[in-house]
Amino acid sequence: MRARVFVTLKPSVFDPQGRTIAEALHSMGYGGVEDVRQGKYFELDLATTEAAQAKALASEVADKLLANPVIESYRIEIG
Amino acid sequence: MKFAVIVFPGSNCDQDAYYAVTHVLGQQAEMVWHKDASLKGADVVILPGGFAHGDYLRTGAMARFSPIMNAVRSFAESGGPTLGICNGFQVLLEAGLLPGAMLRNRGLKFRCEHVHIRVEHTDTPFTLRCAPGQLLRIPIAHGEGNYYADPQTIASLEKNRQVIFRYTDAGGVVCDEANPNGSVASIAGICNERRNIVGLMPHPERACELSLGSTDGLVILESVVSALTAV
Repeated sequence: MRARVFVTLKPSVFDPQGRTIAEALHSMGYGGVEDVRQGKYFELDLATTEAAQAKALASEVADKLLANPVIESYRIEIG
Repeated sequence: MKFAVIVFPGSNCDQDAYYAVTHVLGQQAEMVWHKDASLKGADVVILPGGFAHGDYLRTGAMARFSPIMNAVRSFAESGGPTLGICNGFQVLLEAGLLPGAMLRNRGLKFRCEHVHIRVEHTDTPFTLRCAPGQLLRIPIAHGEGNYYADPQTIASLEKNRQVIFRYTDAGGVVCDEANPNGSVASIAGICNERRNIVGLMPHPERACELSLGSTDGLVILESVVSALTAV
């Protein structure tokens, strides 16, 4: 089973890379893109076939390694 | 007195730290590989600068799980003087031995230059020989030195006098122009509550001989020698 983990900086944390990308888009004429937040995306191939187990395992590794809870939050999709 | 300099794959200031401790200070030092389990009887631990594990995922994120970190944690948590320099500071943050985290520099540039930092408190083993408010001119070299912690954590760091170094201008004034990376409250270095673990982004080991343009970093290493000699 596959888990997809999306890690982003918390809304309260300034994202200099996202800001720079937004400014680049504005200079390209995409004024309609109001803001950009850059993040990280992980695909985890898991041995389990149980969605609940998959989610629990993905959450555990996200908590321990993939995300730093001081600055980041994450979202998980299973399947 | 013996220093342990931890060597991660990707550390690149380990030799500088070793040189400063042995050749300049005249103390003993041992390089300790990250897969080792023991600090070999060291009295002081230095986590050096560099790019441990290629800075993959986040700076310090992998190094935190290196086998030697169990020994570093026990040493540091039992009060052993522990210094994290640049990447070593990032490792201490990821390991939770110091509070907060590092973000990309505000301007996204890798900043490599001499900066001024002000010694805010002298009651740590690494600032003992400094004068309160002393200005040190020391180089930085980092892309992710933008120190961040939430407002409650910053308030508690200030209250407990754990902000040990701040970026200032040449006159010792904290101002936004002299903040090279966007760190909250111009923080360049902090300590833990017990005050034995210190992390800073600037590189004192690169400022220990006149030929390097500054000897201001020496006092940080001399401080820990005094701290241990006094016991």
